[in-house]
Amino acid sequence: MWWNPKVEEFRSEIREFADRVVAPAGDRMDNASNFEPDLLQQLKDRKYLSMLCPAEFGGPQSDTLTYAVAVEELSRVCGSTGITVAAANSLGVYPVNAFGNADQRRMVLPGVGAKGDVIVFGLTEPGAGSDASGTKTTAVRDGNDWLINGGKCFITNPHFAEWIICTAVTRPGMGAKGISSFLLNKSTPGFSVGKKENKMGLRGSDTATLHFDNVRVSNDQMLGPEGEGFKQFMKTLDGGRISIGAMALGLAQGAFEIAVRYAKNRVQFGKPISEHQAIQFKLADMGTQIQAARHLVYHSAYLKDLGKPFAKESAMAKLFASEIGHQCTYQAIQVLGGHGYNSINRVERHFRDVKLCEIGEGTSEIQRIVISRHILKEFDQLIEPSHHVSQALASATA
Amino acid sequence: MFDHTLNDEQKMLREAARDYCDKRVRPNAEAWDHAERVPDEIFKEMTELGYFSLLCPEEYGGMALDTMAYAVVHEEFNRASAGLGIIMSVHNSLVGGAIKRFGTDVQKQEWLPAMCAGKFGAYCLSEPDSGTDAGSLKLSAKSDGDSYILNGEKMFVTNADYAKFYLVFASTNPSLGTKGITAILVDRDVAGVEVGKPERKMGIKCSDTRSVSFSDVRVPKSNRLGDEGQGFKIALSQLDHGRIGVAIQALGIGEAAYDEALKYSRQRQQFGKPICEFQAIAFKLADMRMKLDATRLMVDYAVRRMAAGERVTREASEAKLFASETANWVADQAVQIHGGYGYMKEYAVERYFRDARITEIYEGTSEAQRIVISRAILAG
Repeated sequence: MWWNPKVEEFRSEIREFADRVVAPAGDRMDNASNFEPDLLQQLKDRKYLSMLCPAEFGGPQSDTLTYAVAVEELSRVCGSTGITVAAANSLGVYPVNAFGNADQRRMVLPGVGAKGDVIVFGLTEPGAGSDASGTKTTAVRDGNDWLINGGKCFITNPHFAEWIICTAVTRPGMGAKGISSFLLNKSTPGFSVGKKENKMGLRGSDTATLHFDNVRVSNDQMLGPEGEGFKQFMKTLDGGRISIGAMALGLAQGAFEIAVRYAKNRVQFGKPISEHQAIQFKLADMGTQIQAARHLVYHSAYLKDLGKPFAKESAMAKLFASEIGHQCTYQAIQVLGGHGYNSINRVERHFRDVKLCEIGEGTSEIQRIVISRHILKEFDQLIEPSHHVSQALASATA
Repeated sequence: MFDHTLNDEQKMLREAARDYCDKRVRPNAEAWDHAERVPDEIFKEMTELGYFSLLCPEEYGGMALDTMAYAVVHEEFNRASAGLGIIMSVHNSLVGGAIKRFGTDVQKQEWLPAMCAGKFGAYCLSEPDSGTDAGSLKLSAKSDGDSYILNGEKMFVTNADYAKFYLVFASTNPSLGTKGITAILVDRDVAGVEVGKPERKMGIKCSDTRSVSFSDVRVPKSNRLGDEGQGFKIALSQLDHGRIGVAIQALGIGEAAYDEALKYSRQRQQFGKPICEFQAIAFKLADMRMKLDATRLMVDYAVRRMAAGERVTREASEAKLFASETANWVADQAVQIHGGYGYMKEYAVERYFRDARITEIYEGTSEAQRIVISRAILAG
């Protein structure tokens, strides 16, 4: 089961760092719309940016549960830090390690393990959001090389990147099966990072466009077989959703703690507002929802660590955690009243930050598509044998 | 409580209960609901199979199930008939559990083997003016030599007519308030015990609910469970178990409603395809499954911590609140997916919708759960 002393030990260790270092930086970074280089370096030094990197390359090789707790605890005080760590691991380290061949892994992962090199995942395009088959970026064969042209948007961490994974159409007209992915260094000629996006929340986190102008990569830089790009990022996102769920969980938990502290101290009508049922019941609902979200997030991580199917569960974890994250941060503002609307108390930042969790790595609508497809598939598998039997019986008696 | 977290014995017990419910309970649940009665032959059969001695120690003839095994069996029965589910849990857990925990050896010997053999028990706590505020109960037990003389009335007693004896919470010393409450076992056939007319209920209709009144009922003091004045403590100590029990009941109802809705949505064709292929329906199913999984994890967590001997007051309340609200929501969505058919008694979702409602009320209303949870939060 998920509650074990090792995980809780890790939690208190990272919580100490989060409260001492990340929380104050979080306030500044949201204001300045900039991730502080010093904090980035500390995340690298403490190996939080490379948690999923295997030990053979010098990484901590954390299990998914521990990693989810890390994202949760960082997000509890700063969503921008949470997403920076989540994207670097789930969308960077994971696909290189899972889909890269031995040479590619040897080329990239030692730098990740030793000094926290950041890998960036370029999938989304202006015309390809939920429907990635609308990808317009192309890679055209040129001898033993490929020439990549196009652009990506809403990409996390590109200004910190050492390596980039990008998806491109290599077989036009084949839809999802025509998409392949490539691995390239940031210094490759023709590749550039555009200007930063101006966002509602997660303002400290780095989000920008990627541009590919006749970027020449060798065939050896293709990640996995040609045409597997779509399959790869579907798998990548299955895991990534656990960390977005963990991020929403942490943001909710952080706002909840602020609301509890405030409610105990704020006196109105002659007593702390925590003694009014109107406030008590909000806190009870928040606490219960957060606990339910925590179970779903940890359960999906636990299944992944056991090597069991977890795609339906990670979609549920992300969907539920992000929706209760929205509700809890909203109610936290309500508990604080005018003080909640004031940025100094952080809850309004959590409210802005958590909105991303209902959008990034698949919107809530996409999660419901994923979950319902799994449900219906499981149902059909369950009834099919008996269905075949009755068909066989029918034809036998006919 | 996901299959992969259970040991072989727990899995086997779940399978056996599911099998029995598929054959004997689910096909009859609608008829029992309509008749507002479960036939005696079913009770007899279930008693022989051990379903009315689930928690009782082996030395008294019981099955001695561990907490998790009990939970999974309890879920299976509630998936099939929540009315039968509550009959079982009042007998097995509320009454049987209290005697097991607070009875003397002599009392256990006297009551438990009989309970395992089909002597049903009922739990008499609520009164006309004492519901959520259980400490305000008025039924009096006056000391008279070696006896108590009971006078007063209990309300909403589950199993009142099925039962052969009652665990009655009475005030032996009104001036002491909750510290003057005492738990007393009363045989039904003692003079002065009168069982009222059946209450007509919205749901869990095959469970029997009545008032039980006591006029000058003489009970030997040897029937007292625990010490004089310990009654409220006994009642409170049963609460965590009781709340987890209702959470499991709600989970069972929710799962049953989901199963029916999924099956129906796959078969029902409109606009040339099964309705599950419309996002309007598919998204409902996704939300139902997600909330039921979350419920299962919350219940599982509370059960495991309780089995480990930890205090689970907050966890039990959270599980109960979340599970009961989920069950009501899921059952409502299941009716909606069925459309007009869901409003008809031919379809089980109509019953699930009615049955789910009680889970937000008994063993502490949702409001009482929020009080418990917020107290724990603010104390932390």
